[in-house]
Amino acid sequence: MSARVGVVTFPGSLDDGDAARAVRVSGGEAVRLWHGDRDLHGVDAVVLPGGFSYGDYLRTGAIARFAPVMESIVDGARAGLPVLGICNGFQILCEAHLLPGALTRNSHLHFRNRDQWLRVHASNTAWTNSFETDQEILVPLKSGEGRYVADQATLDELAANGRIVATYLRGNPNGSERDIAGVTNEAGNVVGLMPHPEHAIEALTGPSLDGLGFFTSILKHLAGASA
Amino acid sequence: MARVVVDVMLKPEILDPQGQAVANALPRLGISDVSSVRIGRRIEIEFTGAADPERVREIADKLLANPVIEDFTIQEVAEEAVPAGEPS
Repeated sequence: MSARVGVVTFPGSLDDGDAARAVRVSGGEAVRLWHGDRDLHGVDAVVLPGGFSYGDYLRTGAIARFAPVMESIVDGARAGLPVLGICNGFQILCEAHLLPGALTRNSHLHFRNRDQWLRVHASNTAWTNSFETDQEILVPLKSGEGRYVADQATLDELAANGRIVATYLRGNPNGSERDIAGVTNEAGNVVGLMPHPEHAIEALTGPSLDGLGFFTSILKHLAGASA
Repeated sequence: MARVVVDVMLKPEILDPQGQAVANALPRLGISDVSSVRIGRRIEIEFTGAADPERVREIADKLLANPVIEDFTIQEVAEEAVPAGEPS
């Protein structure tokens, strides 16, 4: 039986379809989850997709954090449920305090939409075990509030404990502290990523197939966990 | 009925590119003596009864502001106060 990976749809989610497709292309079963439904339907992992949940009102992710489905996801994540937040999903995970720091307006105020080189540092998380440490990958980035900020003590702790999952290469697109593109929690089951691996899974539409690694990683992680 | 105003501001150490953009536009108005502009958010809340300061604090801390990047202040305004923006 293939692993069941939930993909949440909030009002304003945009990339839930692509995230579900990426799960399927990687060999998993995508289960669509609805923001208003607390029930996670027995999924083995969850993806919070990109978009503009609740219109980004107040702050990005601020209102989505209180969606009924998030109560179950927060409880699950604290108990080890793997959760990947992409773009708006990353913002939601920070607002929900599952990840440290916050995502703020790009320092130059421009929306950035481009194929972005990244270096994957933490290859030991549930979502990155298919990568080699320091592997360089190319995936699309599209965000206006992607600048990762945290206080210096938090940044030092993330760096010292290998919790910076990925950094921007060949130019920081948004002014993120220490070029951070993604971070993980202490346990390595929750990962937030500003760029979009789900858009880099097929040659027809993506700049590379590098994004697949995140989805094959979770399947590998779940296969290992059940073995 | 109580009316409470919550002001949310980015912490001083957090870059405010919006404020900078506004500051950079001021010379076009002929204003050259402004050294900094920072932009925040004012939120007005009306309660059906009295406002419980603890609950207002919780609203501000959990939803209106993100304490990682923002500070907030709370003030209760008198009921008969003229709302902001209306001519007195």
